[in-house]
Amino acid sequence: METNKSYKTTFIVLVLVTLACFFINISLGSISIPNSEILKSFFGSINNRSWQHIILDYRLPKAFTAIIVGSGLGISGLMMQTLFRNPLAGPFVLGITSGASLGVALTIMGASIFGGVLTAILISKWSIVIAASLGSFLVLLAVVIVSTRVRDTMAILIIGLMFGSITAAVVSVLSYFSSAEELQQYIFWGFGSLGNLTWEELLVLFIIYLTGIFISLSSIKALNTLLLGENYAKSLGLNIKKSRLLLIISTSLLAGTITAFVGPIAFVGLAIPHMTRQIFSTSNHKILLPAVFLLGAIVMLLCDCIAQLPTSDYTLPINAITSLIGAPVVIWLLVRKRRMMF
Amino acid sequence: MKKDNQHIILKTENLSIGYASKKSKTIVASNINIELHQGELVGLIGGNGIGKSTLLRTLTKVQNQLDGTIYINNKDISKYASIDLAKVMSLVLTELISSKNLLVKELVALGRQPYTNWVGNLSEHDKIIIKKVLKQTNIQDLKDKNCFELSDGQLQKVMIARALAQDTDIIILDEPTTHLDMYHKAYVLKLLQKLAKKTNKTILFSSHEIDLAIQLCDKLVVMTDNGVVSDTPCNLIEQGTFDALFPKDLIVFYEKTGSFRVKK
Repeated sequence: METNKSYKTTFIVLVLVTLACFFINISLGSISIPNSEILKSFFGSINNRSWQHIILDYRLPKAFTAIIVGSGLGISGLMMQTLFRNPLAGPFVLGITSGASLGVALTIMGASIFGGVLTAILISKWSIVIAASLGSFLVLLAVVIVSTRVRDTMAILIIGLMFGSITAAVVSVLSYFSSAEELQQYIFWGFGSLGNLTWEELLVLFIIYLTGIFISLSSIKALNTLLLGENYAKSLGLNIKKSRLLLIISTSLLAGTITAFVGPIAFVGLAIPHMTRQIFSTSNHKILLPAVFLLGAIVMLLCDCIAQLPTSDYTLPINAITSLIGAPVVIWLLVRKRRMMF
Repeated sequence: MKKDNQHIILKTENLSIGYASKKSKTIVASNINIELHQGELVGLIGGNGIGKSTLLRTLTKVQNQLDGTIYINNKDISKYASIDLAKVMSLVLTELISSKNLLVKELVALGRQPYTNWVGNLSEHDKIIIKKVLKQTNIQDLKDKNCFELSDGQLQKVMIARALAQDTDIIILDEPTTHLDMYHKAYVLKLLQKLAKKTNKTILFSSHEIDLAIQLCDKLVVMTDNGVVSDTPCNLIEQGTFDALFPKDLIVFYEKTGSFRVKK
C-alpha cells in the first residue's frame, strides 16, 4: 500500500520517548538512586553493591518486561481487531486469558481438592507459569480446531467468548470451594505484576515473544488485504484459512505467554491499537504495526512508573493502573477527533 | 460469427450450478454453455432468485459447480491456485469493504497485492499501473481522499479502479449499479463499456438495468426459467427472449424501445 505521508519524524519522536520512558522507569522506585549511579551500574563501575543489585536484577528486567508486555499485547490486539473486523476485539477474545486463569485457578485452588501431595509440587513460581501457558494453550487448541471447521470468522469470535464464559464458570466453582488464603493468592495473580521475572524467565518470555512478533511481521500484507473483507481478500489470492491460523497462533503466543508470566493485563491490547489509529490516521499495517509496538511499550512503561508510586513503599496492581490511566486517554482521543478510525 | 478470431477468455461447458449437501442436490440452473471473448462487455440479467448470484459465485470459484466445467484461458478453473486465479480474474462485489479508513490510492494499490512482495511494497511498475488506472476511471482528483468521504457513485468507481489495477483478463462485477441514481447507473455502465474497449479486458456484470444493458453490452447472458441463453442484445430481442424474463401480468417488453413498460 502506498501511504500519503512520511511518518519518519513521528517515529523518531516515538523512539526517543520510548527511550526516555525506559530510563525514567529504571530511575524510579521505592529507593531513590541518583541518575549518574544508574548509568554507572550498567557498566559495572558502581560502588554500592545493593544499588547495583536493585538495578540490574530488579528494575532492568522489569522495564524490559514492560516493553514486551505493552508491545506484545498491543500487536496481538491489532491483529485481532483487523481479523475480526471488530473494534472491540482484543488479544483476549480468543479466550486466552480465561484459559490461563483456569490453569492458574486449578493450580492454586484445585490443590486442596486434589489433595496435599500435589500441593507441594504445584505451588512454585514456574508451576503458575506452566499452568497458565497450558491453560491458554489448550483453549487456543480448541479455538484453532474449531476455526479450521468454521467458515465464518465471526463464529470464531463467539466461540472464543463462549470458552471464556465456560472457564470463568469453572473458576467461580473452584473459588467457592477454596480457602480464603488460596483465593487471595489467585486474586493477587489477577492483579498482574511486571516485577517478578528473573533474567532466566525473561529470556524464555523473550524467545516466545520474538516468534510471535516474527509471525505478525510476516502477516502485514495479509492484514492489509483483510481490510477489504474476506471475499475481496480471497479474490486477491490470499489463503484465508492459512492467514487466519497464523494470526491466531501469533496472538496466542504473544498474549498467552505474556499472561502466563505477568498475569492478565487488561485494557492494553484493546486500547493501544485505537490510540495508534487516532494518532496516525491510517489503516496501513506497515505503519500501524511498528507504531503499536512503540506506543505499547511507552504506555506500559509509564503505567509501571505510576503503579510503583515513586518514593513510597507501596506498589499498586498494574492491572488496575493500565485501565485507570488508559481508558480516559482513549475516550479523550475519540471525543477530540469526533470520529473513530477503524 | 465475426468474433471467432477473438481469444476466448471464459467458457463453460454443460455447467450446472446449485447447492449440494450430503443428502440432496438443489439445481438452480443447468446446461449453461457460454463463451466470453476478449474485450467484450457482457451483462448477466434475470429476475430475482433465478440464480444470477449463484452463477457468479460459481464462475468466481466461491462455490463449486454441480457438474460441467469452467475454463478460463482454456484452463480448467479448478486447476488454478488461488494466487494464479487472482492474476486472471478480479471482482467487484456488492458487499462493503470492512475498513473505509483507507485512502483511495491505498485501496486501489491493494489491487496490486497478487504481484507485490511479502510486505506489499509497490514497485515502479505497480505505481505506473495505479496511475494509469486512476486516469482510466477518472478519479485522479479523489486519490488523496478517505473512502468514508466518498459518495456511493465515487466509491463504485474506486472499486472498479481497484479491480482494474489487479490487471486481469476478466473483471466480474456483482450488481455494480445498485444504490446508484439513474445518471450514475448509466455512468458506471458506460465506463465499463469504455474500459472493455480500451483495455481489451472482458467485463461481466450482473444487473437489473435491462434497458441500459441492451444499449451498452456486446453480449447478454439471460437467465430465465427456460434456461440460460447468451447472444447479442439484437438477436435476443428478435428471438423474444426477454418476454420470458418475467411473468406477464404486470410488465411487457417492447421490442421497438428495447425496454419494459407497466401494463395499463
